[in-house]
Amino acid sequence: MSADHHAEHPTGISRWLFTTNHKDIGTLYLVFSFIMAIVGGVMSLVIRSELWQPGLQLVEPNFFNQMTTVHALVMIFGFAMPAFVGLANWMIPMMIGAPDMALPRMNNWSFWILPFAATLLILSLFMPGGGPAGGWTIYPPLSVQGGIGVDFTLLAIHMLGISSILGSINIIATVLNMRAPGMTLMKMPMFAWTWLITAFLLIAAMPVLAGAVTMLITDRHFGTHFFDAAGGGDPVLFQHVFWFFGHPEVYILVLPAFGVFSQIIPTFSRKPLFGYASMVYATASIAFLSFIVWAHHMYTVGMPMAGELFFMYSTMLIAVPTGVKIFNWVSTMWRGSMTFETPMLWALGGVFTFAVGGFSGLMLAITPADFQYQDTYFVVAHFHYVIFGATIYGLFAAIYYWLPKWTGHLYNETLGKWHFWLTTIGFNLTFFPQHFLGLAGMPRRIPDYALQFTEFNRWSTIGAFFTIISQLIFFYIAIRAMKGGAKATDQVWEGADGLEWTLSSPPPYHSFAVAPKVK
Amino acid sequence: MFIKLIRRFPGIVSRLILGLGLWLSAPAVFADYALNFQKPVTPVAHRILELHNMILLICVIIFVLVFGVMFYSIFAHRKSRGYKPAKFHDNATLEVVWTVIPFLILVSMAIPSTATLLEMDDTSKSDLTIKITGYQWKWKYDYPDQDVSFFSTLATPRDQIENKAAKEQHYLLEVDNPIVIPVGKKVRFLVTANDVIHSWWVPQLGVKKDAIPGFINEFWTRADEAGTFRGQCAELCGKDHGFMPIVVNAVNPEDFTKWVAMQKDKAAAESASGAKTWSKDELLEKGKKAYAGTCAACHGVEGKGIPGVFPALDGSQIATGPVDEHIKTVLHGRATGKFGAQMPAFAAQLSDADAAAIITFERNALGNKTGDVVQPSQVKSLRK
Repeated sequence: MSADHHAEHPTGISRWLFTTNHKDIGTLYLVFSFIMAIVGGVMSLVIRSELWQPGLQLVEPNFFNQMTTVHALVMIFGFAMPAFVGLANWMIPMMIGAPDMALPRMNNWSFWILPFAATLLILSLFMPGGGPAGGWTIYPPLSVQGGIGVDFTLLAIHMLGISSILGSINIIATVLNMRAPGMTLMKMPMFAWTWLITAFLLIAAMPVLAGAVTMLITDRHFGTHFFDAAGGGDPVLFQHVFWFFGHPEVYILVLPAFGVFSQIIPTFSRKPLFGYASMVYATASIAFLSFIVWAHHMYTVGMPMAGELFFMYSTMLIAVPTGVKIFNWVSTMWRGSMTFETPMLWALGGVFTFAVGGFSGLMLAITPADFQYQDTYFVVAHFHYVIFGATIYGLFAAIYYWLPKWTGHLYNETLGKWHFWLTTIGFNLTFFPQHFLGLAGMPRRIPDYALQFTEFNRWSTIGAFFTIISQLIFFYIAIRAMKGGAKATDQVWEGADGLEWTLSSPPPYHSFAVAPKVK
Repeated sequence: MFIKLIRRFPGIVSRLILGLGLWLSAPAVFADYALNFQKPVTPVAHRILELHNMILLICVIIFVLVFGVMFYSIFAHRKSRGYKPAKFHDNATLEVVWTVIPFLILVSMAIPSTATLLEMDDTSKSDLTIKITGYQWKWKYDYPDQDVSFFSTLATPRDQIENKAAKEQHYLLEVDNPIVIPVGKKVRFLVTANDVIHSWWVPQLGVKKDAIPGFINEFWTRADEAGTFRGQCAELCGKDHGFMPIVVNAVNPEDFTKWVAMQKDKAAAESASGAKTWSKDELLEKGKKAYAGTCAACHGVEGKGIPGVFPALDGSQIATGPVDEHIKTVLHGRATGKFGAQMPAFAAQLSDADAAAIITFERNALGNKTGDVVQPSQVKSLRK
């Protein structure tokens, strides 16, 4: 069946330009995201090199600020989000028994916006005055200063947002309409569930960001004063609008990774996921809460007491459903029959490092304590533990888990484990000391620091180089598996369960030409 | 930018080697592994530290328990030990238990947090009020009741920042004019900003509050011991965000009174200086210093600016054109639209003598040679 289908679709460059196939588009997303990861990774090395010792060594402060800003934008909008859309594209149709995504042409478009948006974002660095230097949060009035590079960035954010919204619409349409007969919502794989909820978050949050960005553009160029106090505007309004997007964004990044953990842990525990229904409810509660906690990013702006208390309580509440998830994963493992292949290592490592970030998040929720943590390296450590520790760990877990399915070849398990352990050592070496730096009083986003912060910064810089160099192993493994290697079976993993494992490895071009029956 | 970086590579390498040398020569200052907050010196800072320690402890205990179970399971329930998988996948009782217990723990955290927050918020019955204004990139302190007012800027020499000189103990955490508060008195702060958002943070006092243009935020502190407490701007505010430290001197009340008197004498001398006629050399000398503190952050130490963001003064139309235009630009600001940032108004920041000195300096240095001498009286006449 696959042979005659192969004859129908174009080859070479036009295969990728005009493709409406969910697997090709998934591959495009993943390849794009890893190119962006390299770009963002190099920027992080510029940052960490400058911070190797006190004093200004490599770069000017203005360029340093551009690096922190663009590193964050590239990693969030260029790497983490597209990578998971790539996974959704590849896996959701296969997991729910569909032939393809519901809206294949839009799928093509939502991907092909990305390279142009990314180009615009990177080009901003080469404009007179350089790229955006006001942090990825683009707070006005600072972001109203700055040259044309800021406009490039704002337009790039608009385009990235459009791409995300289109991708989300597609995922929602696919999940709601294209499930195999018998697959009720409460029988869906957790990855499909978490992505369904994430897609709704995206549709609700991204237009809010677009609104904030648009107001910034008109403030910069069309004489409005939304955020200019001198013109009757309100600089804090921007922060409220931004974080109304920004906090759900955190869960947009992390929920699909939770979905991945919930697929992988049962497989390698050889035991069904514990508390499936409570997992779904916990995910939905986190999503709901994510919309009513935004001002915990702004405790120091001078909110009324009632606001400070409300946002503290609501934020603390997130610990409850998050705890449920962790307890469920541990209970899934309990009395299972575990093996620790690379995907399982990444999943367990991800649960562990995420928990560190989750606990520091709880600490940050406590308003009075946050007055000390706010805008310090403690925050930098916290969100890297969440975004790297959960999202990127989830991404690697997913890739190792499904790579044999995608390519039809087993990857090198020994090297995969090396990749995990080296990354884990490097990652913790980079970010764990940053907790101490923050507590001791080092503000974030500074190119130079007081002498007492030297030692931990040094560890952090060593860790960053260690982490990034370790990723070469991953690229080697992935490329080798694409080119060849031992044949993978259809089920690939002994304990794997789900529709994607009923397809051949690699799967046929149109995943399920005939809908499977789900009992 | 990258190309520039590559072109500068040999320079970068030599600076790195120099920096490494300096680092090796001063190991004593560097050996510092602080793991927790700086020593608190106010009641609120103590409460925050206690709260932080308590929550951290709870988190660590839960972490150890949960992952203790996980690691036990990883150790015991593995296939290589021949463990056969169980079949269970649900337990309603357990789900309820691990929803309710965390909730109760959270409530136990929320109670002391709320109490501390209420205490922090109470700015009533203060003994002294100080207004803080954030500028790119310095702080201004006003004592409205004492009629004292001054700017506070980074005192670390440029040579140390550029690794041309050994760094001293308080590198980047030292200022020319520290803010002075009396020990044991409740000080109420009003904080705002002139240009972009800053954040006033002194860890040992347990205070951090954003300085926002158009808003006046309020907070208070009471230092229970004398000493020098250092902090930094905590909200990214542009290029020199990392270079606008805060230094608070807490002194006993008698010394505070003396300090106030001294500040007043200084202010009187400064305003008298506006009345006299200055020589060109005097102006140039004063101007060089004032330029470094006020103008160099944007226009550069050598007046080269940053292309596209901050204009160069070297050969600029304003610094070489009519004197009155130059004075008005400094006093009242200017928006040309050609640059990302606009020139802020410095009328409130500079005395007549300072402005005259800066303008004289800019017109006779930084590559400009107009020969003009600007007197304080001329500045005064253009203040409106």
